[in-house]
Amino acid sequence: MRIVVLTKPVPDPASGGERLGPDGRLDRANSPAVVNGNDEYVLEKALKLIEAAGEGEVILLTMAPATAPETMRKALAMGATRGVLVSDPALAGSDTVATARVLAAALSTLSFDLVFAGVDTSDGTAGVVAPGVAALAGLPFLSYAATIEPDAAAQTVRVRRITADGFEVLEAPMPAIISGTQALGEPRYPSLKGIMAARSKEITTLSLADIGIEPSAVGVDGATTKVTDWRAPAPRGATEVVREAPDEAAKRIVTLLAERRII
Amino acid sequence: MAGIWVHGEIARDGSLTKLSTEAATLARSIAADGAREVTGVVIGAEPAAAAEALAEFVPRVLALTEPMTADHAAGMIVAQRLATLVAERQPDVILIGAGPEGRDLAGALSALTGLGVLANATAVRATSDGPVATHSVFGGKLITESALVSGNGIITVRPNSVTAEPAGTAGSVEVVAAAGDLAQPAVPIVERLPAESKAASIDDARIIVAGGRGVGGPEGFGLISDLAAALGGAVGATRAAVDSGWIPYSQQIGQTGKIVKPQLYLAMGISGAIQHKVGMQTASTIVAVNRDPDAPIADFADMIVIGDLVEVGQALLAELRARSG
Ligand SMILES: Cc1cc2nc3c(=O)[nH]c(=O)nc-3n(C[C@H](O)[C@H](O)[C@H](O)COP(=O)(O)OP(=O)(O)OC[C@H]3O[C@@H](n4cnc5c(N)ncnc54)[C@H](O)[C@@H]3O)c2cc1C
Ligand SMILES: Nc1ncnc2c1ncn2[C@@H]1O[C@H](COP(=O)(O)O)[C@@H](O)[C@H]1O
Repeated sequence: MRIVVLTKPVPDPASGGERLGPDGRLDRANSPAVVNGNDEYVLEKALKLIEAAGEGEVILLTMAPATAPETMRKALAMGATRGVLVSDPALAGSDTVATARVLAAALSTLSFDLVFAGVDTSDGTAGVVAPGVAALAGLPFLSYAATIEPDAAAQTVRVRRITADGFEVLEAPMPAIISGTQALGEPRYPSLKGIMAARSKEITTLSLADIGIEPSAVGVDGATTKVTDWRAPAPRGATEVVREAPDEAAKRIVTLLAERRII
Repeated sequence: MAGIWVHGEIARDGSLTKLSTEAATLARSIAADGAREVTGVVIGAEPAAAAEALAEFVPRVLALTEPMTADHAAGMIVAQRLATLVAERQPDVILIGAGPEGRDLAGALSALTGLGVLANATAVRATSDGPVATHSVFGGKLITESALVSGNGIITVRPNSVTAEPAGTAGSVEVVAAAGDLAQPAVPIVERLPAESKAASIDDARIIVAGGRGVGGPEGFGLISDLAAALGGAVGATRAAVDSGWIPYSQQIGQTGKIVKPQLYLAMGISGAIQHKVGMQTASTIVAVNRDPDAPIADFADMIVIGDLVEVGQALLAELRARSG
């Protein structure tokens, strides 16, 4: 079985260094990149499925600047087989429409049984790229997965989709595209052996020409949206520190809640 | 000008979702200059009830019956029907709720129509060049404003960003027919399963009492539930508590859980890690109970009680119960 995992390098949310440059785009120099959190969960699931099947490949597919292999190595160190990076100067400033187009075009150059994506990214939290790729590729789309169970013999996949009031169990023929959540399980830490092995794993770089996309359709030129302004959020007020004994502290909480008409 | 559209999402029981009433209120506010019409669109196996409900918010609602959504994943199907309506009637802007269903719909609709998406708007205002959306990005570290280059496109609206207000006069519902085949593969729903717990949903909760690793175990969540019950709120949790199996993932707040905006967030034994903070920092009032005065949550809570969460929690429970008599 072959699983493609869409992984996006994002500024590390824990770094605190994320900021925009003068052009309103991410200032990557100040934001160390990590693999998007949700993408790590689906990657972990892909690795487990391949391990359980005893055969197959996990292929990372990333659209990002030329520095991306640094981040992709972290995912390769977890155990992914190889990486495919779509990188082209013309892609700078791409929006979600262009991202979905590029990923769908790159997918058409690969053969696979399943494509996994995260439900959203920590930097933009759009949550629209995976359904976009599915629509463009014309593949069954199964979203918000809490479980993923492929049946290799029947060539079908079952997903438990998280809904507002429980789960929908979805079933589709493979190949299919699945967006997944943290409910799939905790991602592993790369082992030392994994980190060593990742150094020599293959990362293939594709240009826009390689996937047949016009430069003018993507990047800043093709963008359908633009950032027009940005500012720091209004700071929260001062923190009231309460060090009294529990009974007194409880009264202080109740007083605050009553003052603010919460109770 | 064809104006502003708002998608009316149908809940499992056939009603209109709260998020759609918020998006509809927002749609009206950006059309307030009167130059644009506001139209609701409801698509599903039984759209009537949700369409009537949406008509309380906007002057005109299109209701399209699509039987397939009864037992197939809805997002892709609704997107195709909506894409056809959009191609025929050319609205300027389409507002869609930024919940799971709305994101699936918006992503597919964007790909099918080529329209751009301003994602997760917390506010939208009208300008002469089209709508400008406000977003909270990088986990709330930055507020950005963005626009649609052509003035046309899709805007997804973050839950709890707007207070829903009916229009005062009810609008009309127009039944429209589905046209054309559904080209995308439909994914059958083979079974529906109930949630793992009966815990109240945190999505729209006015009050959330959340527990973290400091709660210590599943039994510890008993006190958290009691406090939530006494306050009329829902129980939330950190990933640490969810990963430990003390409480289901549906209650998790944060980067890879839910983003909430309650009036009160009572954080019990929660350090306030950035990945948690991003899910709750816009709560109106944040009260933390933590034995560590240097926990990061001390930097953004309105009040932090330094102490043991069981002792303070029990005292608070007694106080709340005494108050309510
Ligand atoms: C990709 C990724 C995504 C993530 N997504 C999320 C997410 O969505 N949501 C989320 O919450 N986290 C998320 N995290 C995890 C996050 O980084 C933190 O590890 C987590 O939020 C910590 O949870 P906690 O505050 O319960 O635990 P801790 O950080 O261990 O804090 C426990 C706190 O309890 C206090 N305490 C202990 N005992 C007591 C007591 N008896 N009385 C009073 N106080 C006590 C301690 O002083 C401490 O401050 C994510 C991490 C990653 C890498
Ligand atoms: N540039 C990218 N490269 C690879 N995958 C991506 C990219 N952008 C988005 N994705 C995938 O789409 C998911 C949702 O992204 P988004 O819609 O941007 O929130 C991510 O979790 C990834 O799996």
